[in-house]
Amino acid sequence: MMDPAVVIDVARLGKTFGPVTAVEDLSFTVRAGEIFGLLGPNGAGKSTTLRMLITVLPPSTGTATVLGHDIVAEADTVRSLIGYVPQERAVDRFLTGREHLELLGGLYHLSRTETNARIDELLKLVNLEEHADRVAKTYSGGMKRKLDIACGLLPNPKIVFLDEPTLGLDVQSRLRIWDYIRQLRENGITIVMTTNYLEEADQLCDRLAIIDGGAIRVIGSPLELKTGLGGDSLSVTIKEYETDKLPRLREGVMSLPLIRDVRLNPTGLDILVESPEKSLPAVIEVAQRVDCSLDGIEYHRPRLDDVFVAHTGHGLRGGTPDAVEE
Amino acid sequence: MTFQHYRQEVLALTMRWVRRLSREKFSMLFTLVQPMLFWLIFFGSLFQRAANIQILEAPNYMSFLAGGVVVMTVLNNGLAGGVDLLFDKENGFLERMMSTPIHRSSVILSRYLFVMAITGMQILVILSIAFIFGVRLETGLPGIAVILVIGMLFGVGLTAISMALAFSVKSHGDFFSMLGFLSLPMIFLSSALVPLSAMPGWMQAVAMVNPMTWVIDAVRPLIITGWNAALPRVGMAFVILAIFDAVCLYGGAKAFRRAIG
Repeated sequence: MMDPAVVIDVARLGKTFGPVTAVEDLSFTVRAGEIFGLLGPNGAGKSTTLRMLITVLPPSTGTATVLGHDIVAEADTVRSLIGYVPQERAVDRFLTGREHLELLGGLYHLSRTETNARIDELLKLVNLEEHADRVAKTYSGGMKRKLDIACGLLPNPKIVFLDEPTLGLDVQSRLRIWDYIRQLRENGITIVMTTNYLEEADQLCDRLAIIDGGAIRVIGSPLELKTGLGGDSLSVTIKEYETDKLPRLREGVMSLPLIRDVRLNPTGLDILVESPEKSLPAVIEVAQRVDCSLDGIEYHRPRLDDVFVAHTGHGLRGGTPDAVEE
Repeated sequence: MTFQHYRQEVLALTMRWVRRLSREKFSMLFTLVQPMLFWLIFFGSLFQRAANIQILEAPNYMSFLAGGVVVMTVLNNGLAGGVDLLFDKENGFLERMMSTPIHRSSVILSRYLFVMAITGMQILVILSIAFIFGVRLETGLPGIAVILVIGMLFGVGLTAISMALAFSVKSHGDFFSMLGFLSLPMIFLSSALVPLSAMPGWMQAVAMVNPMTWVIDAVRPLIITGWNAALPRVGMAFVILAIFDAVCLYGGAKAFRRAIG
């Protein structure tokens, strides 16, 4: 029997387009009520994976179930249980926000009263009430994104799939979208999202799968993945003329509690610690005791970038999360 | 999937096309007016004196041309019928619709209902304008009904071609160049503007395999000659259109399945 907490179960899923393999042998589960992220660079296969799960793209190999229903054999049931927020600004320029939602109400077979109640609720949620009766071509990028999200939520889904929800948005809009997503989780909705922003994956996702070259490299919570790399460290650099005191400094540091490892380097020590906040003053104290003048102490906490590099052998992308897309 | 659900989907989708059209009033006016203004009135008046009434076997050039303009309108509307779906495919709207629990065919059906309704209205407007310019329909109101039916049957196949193209092409640039490539030769290599007997031999041969010629040759006698001359032609057009539609719908369904899965 399947664990009731598992809402999506993916087993050896693969997709080929002619001679090209887009994704290969994917297996993972998504648990009820979590925000699950697929993190990877453009072309890694994130969107292909998502499109198979929302039943618009049939898989070439493997199977997957969503809320216990097979994505191929029971596609129609799956479609009625999920919401989808596509990557493109998939809005009709000539329709108003409200008309978009009315159309989807028809496609999800909701009654008129149900649809209208839902529309009022969603417009309030995404703050589009004032603009609901303007045609979408007058909307800003952020407003179109909000409308997209409202559309994805219209059927009152148990699981919402978001494809690059904040791609190309300014910082304020991005933070607001993050808030909506967290709010959804609080209401018990499971979220599956793709992203190529490390910061977004780190801040928002409960668990994530790093996907690169069409395969999953590692799965875990952001914290687990970062701790997996060895945790926090302090780098102590001492004054050049003090190198003879280095062995004594090392000995002193090693005798401290909460120290996991101490390594010598040409100009000082690399110290792996449990908690930098506690170890930092203790290390300085030791230095004073052995009368060793310090040039500096650097504190380093592994970031998701380091996790990504460690598991894929390359960086996600040259820039920061705010680097310009397209 | 119940019938109520299907009806609800198709209605919601058709409503979308109608709303879009109502937002593009200028474009609507232009599409509606263009065929009668440009072809029927300008072209009709321009060639009035140049045309040889004996060869046309019609009282004047405009009454000869009216049937051709009706069928050209069907051609243009049909071939453009897939354009909106092409844009839906490109901007992700189609995928959004496909992620909802709708029957895959309801998008196609909604598009048909919309294109057919617009085409039907345009045919009526063209015949009314022709009436104002003195063209009297020999077969009267029943003739109009037959013209509408023939127009719809031709439109079904053409719209299928357009949708098949929309689902198959890589970019909308390809789509529009193929449309341009198809539409003008279909008009000139048919009996829309001149009768077959006035064409050079090779053009006659090509026009004979153009389904457009057969459709026009059924519509035209309904306007200028009368039932006796028209009925055998109408029968022939039905046979040709049945084959044409079957081929186009088969190809269209294949392209749709390949694109949507």
